[in-house]
Amino acid sequence: MSDPSDALASAKAAADRIVRLKRLNACLTPIKELRKSLTVQASTAHPSGVLYGMPVAVKDNICTLEFTTSCGSKILEGYRSPYEATAVAKLKAAGALIAGKTNCDEFGMGSSTEHSAYGRSFHPFDKTRVPGGSSGGSAALVGAGAVPAALGSETGGSVRQPASLCGVVGIKPTYGRVSRYGLVAFGSSLDQIGVLGRSVHDAARVLSVISGRDPRDSTCEERDSLRLPNVPESLQGFVIGVPKEYFPQDLDPAVRRACDRAIRLLRELGAAVREVSLPHTAYAIATYYIIAPAEASSNLARYDGARYGPRFNGSEDVRALYRTTRGEGFGPEVRRRVLIGTYVLSSGYYDAYYRKAQQMRALIAQDFRNVFDRGVDLLFTPTTPTPAFKAGEKLNDPVAMYLSDIFTVTANLAGLPAISLPIGRIKGLPIGGQLIGQAFLEDEMLEAAYALERAVPAGEEA
Amino acid sequence: MAVGWETVIGLETHVQLRTASKMFCGCSAAFGAPPNTNVCPVCLGLPGALPMPNEQALKLAARAALGLGCTVHPRSVFARKNYFYPDLPKGYQISQFEQPLATAGSLSYLSPDRGVATATIQRLHVEEDAGKSLHDRFPKQTAIDLNRCGVPLIEIVTGPDFRSPQEARTYLLTLKQVLEYAGISDCDMEKGSLRVDANVSVRRAGETALGTKTEVKNINSFAYVEKALTVERDRQIAVLEGGGTVAPQTMLYDSKTNGVRPQRSKEESHDYRYFPDPDLPPLVLSEQFIAEQQTLLPELPAKKRERFVEKYALSVTDAAVLTADRSVADYYEAVVHAGADAKIAANWVMTEVLADAKDHGDGLRVPPGALANLIGLVRGGTVSHQAAKRVFAEVAERGGEPRNVAEALGVMQVADTGVLASWVGEVLTAHPAEVARYKNGEAKLVQFFLGQVMKVSRGKADPKLAQRVLEEKLTS
Repeated sequence: MSDPSDALASAKAAADRIVRLKRLNACLTPIKELRKSLTVQASTAHPSGVLYGMPVAVKDNICTLEFTTSCGSKILEGYRSPYEATAVAKLKAAGALIAGKTNCDEFGMGSSTEHSAYGRSFHPFDKTRVPGGSSGGSAALVGAGAVPAALGSETGGSVRQPASLCGVVGIKPTYGRVSRYGLVAFGSSLDQIGVLGRSVHDAARVLSVISGRDPRDSTCEERDSLRLPNVPESLQGFVIGVPKEYFPQDLDPAVRRACDRAIRLLRELGAAVREVSLPHTAYAIATYYIIAPAEASSNLARYDGARYGPRFNGSEDVRALYRTTRGEGFGPEVRRRVLIGTYVLSSGYYDAYYRKAQQMRALIAQDFRNVFDRGVDLLFTPTTPTPAFKAGEKLNDPVAMYLSDIFTVTANLAGLPAISLPIGRIKGLPIGGQLIGQAFLEDEMLEAAYALERAVPAGEEA
Repeated sequence: MAVGWETVIGLETHVQLRTASKMFCGCSAAFGAPPNTNVCPVCLGLPGALPMPNEQALKLAARAALGLGCTVHPRSVFARKNYFYPDLPKGYQISQFEQPLATAGSLSYLSPDRGVATATIQRLHVEEDAGKSLHDRFPKQTAIDLNRCGVPLIEIVTGPDFRSPQEARTYLLTLKQVLEYAGISDCDMEKGSLRVDANVSVRRAGETALGTKTEVKNINSFAYVEKALTVERDRQIAVLEGGGTVAPQTMLYDSKTNGVRPQRSKEESHDYRYFPDPDLPPLVLSEQFIAEQQTLLPELPAKKRERFVEKYALSVTDAAVLTADRSVADYYEAVVHAGADAKIAANWVMTEVLADAKDHGDGLRVPPGALANLIGLVRGGTVSHQAAKRVFAEVAERGGEPRNVAEALGVMQVADTGVLASWVGEVLTAHPAEVARYKNGEAKLVQFFLGQVMKVSRGKADPKLAQRVLEEKLTS
């Protein structure tokens, strides 16, 4: 596509599809504003860009000049960022159209998009179910075919988990591959912008555009943008490890069947598959739920009503302002995590929780290095322990909700790239398989994903 | 101060680094801009913004640490200090905690009680400043100015090493001198570019354990350092002598009343929940970077003082005066290098030059070469010392070469023996009685005649030559 009229047509069609899918409550941008903006964007987009005319929806915790950035929170209702995220600027420079802001769990805290101040999002195939989260709006829009790709963000699996549940591809790049500038921070040492796409290729080409150095983010690596690999003929020469800790006794049999089929296909493609062990896996969720809330408690301190965002009643003196703004502006899950995070960083508890969690994090990362050092190129695991669950099912059981990230948090803790792609259906609901790669070797990971995507009958029951 | 008590003081000094831009963004760090104009998403702490360290600030911080004899660590860690305050837009300050930039330094200073004393520098770390809350700008409302937010600071922490408020003050002045010398900071307490908090305790003379300390804050001028610490020390002694105990609290100094009051408990007892800032990788400084900062460090006051004593045969006091300010020291050396006698040049700089600089505030107005020439004219007998002061003032005001200025002023000394002889003749004729007394043995009257010759010549006579002519005439 390189003709402005094509870009306009693409913009209009995307807007039409998003309107038709209003029932998903996946897009938070008012439709009139979205149409208007898409028209303007289509007429000013760079025709030479590699993503010219491609509509890309953006999770609501990534700053855009076009639309409000509320992070799914009441505390940032109506907030307009005076600057845009580096990833968004790169998308626009490549000719992509920012197709609205997508619903998410408040500040990315959740696994079902039920923790949004703007109502829950719906699974594209079953309205009684959740699309996963926290990038549930992005996953639902891509899953329903409204846009070919969307930006999400991950702290513990928030791109891959909803991708698995909605039957789309989700990539979490290596920590430091994509600039975090303009991504509203949740757990800064874990946060990374990721991409959800209809296919490995759609997700990968968006990732390629947003990746690369950024002088505004000192945690972003000094590297060129990711080069896309070719689709390989076979996986000859690849060694794929299957970590036994990710296939526990009580794993859902259907999920196991889907994974077994994918592993068989990987073998048929020429890869050598071997069982490996990541012995500290069992501590990952506990480690994650100390580090992420600790960082969140500090990152979310700035939302105090003093400078931006709404103020709430009873804001007479400054302490009261903080109390009411934060008490009413944050939802219950955010409040819970801020409290946990504050607790684990307090003097007297820091050593027992935060410091210990950091030590465990180092061991978890070492587990991966040990396996990769022994000649394993990639790991294959299930992405999620189950397909999409019912809305409300885990809302009152935070630990059950947290466990839906059990297979994804490790890549965030270790800073590794990972991709989820559809590998089958369970009673009609999609389920994803995950490839975890070595740091900054997304290209190898994508090669294997391309091959598996072509081989796997993702629409068939496992 | 009551007899039998010993005072123990440690200081925490915050110093603003002299950089053009802020610690973690490109905003101007200049003082005095209209409120909230030197701001951007980063220093405003807007959602999604991230810090990028200012390399110049790191250079200055490392240089300060090296100047204070600290070990600069090749790896240090930025940490977040969490607390809520409206002028702290992120809800945390980026500082350093467990792994500071530098540790284990020292600074020698001249104690008024003990002679040369040494303060240990426990740590020196880098941090960003907070904004400013203005409680008197609007009635019943607090205004917030975030211009200062993110301005680069270093915090310099001493051990409990000072034994009197006077020592604390002397240390602080010495520290200021070092930091100004090295171009680290302009150290202006009134502008807030140097701020000091003090930990104060007292104990019975001979005790080795430390007493309970309080922290004294809000000391906002050099003049108040000694006063505030004295007030707090005296308060603690009075409490202890009255049978009470000192509460470990923060005391705020009020310069208007010259008193201290405890900070409200609500304002303190923070648990800052320090943890490594995940937005900033550990600060890694190469050996080469650190070595380079060392070479960029100028000769510091103590070293320079020693050298001046050694090289120019000056007294310690004179050397101290000349090295108090780096530009004065450089000026003095330039005068000497231009050929002036070191001792005479020192006298000139300490009197005329410093007086002129003080009166005019626009620096050292007479170029060092010109002063050296002027000193040469005096030495060669061309200009009297008194006349030279006039020449100096004229050169300072209007410039010009001293010799030409002396000529224009008509103060060149007359060394023509013919002219001198006629002045001498005139004087001797006018004072026959004194001539007689001289001839009777009152040799010291030669000074009287010389004074008269200078008077008759209106100061132009070369005194040495005139004396010779006088003595010749009187003995002939």
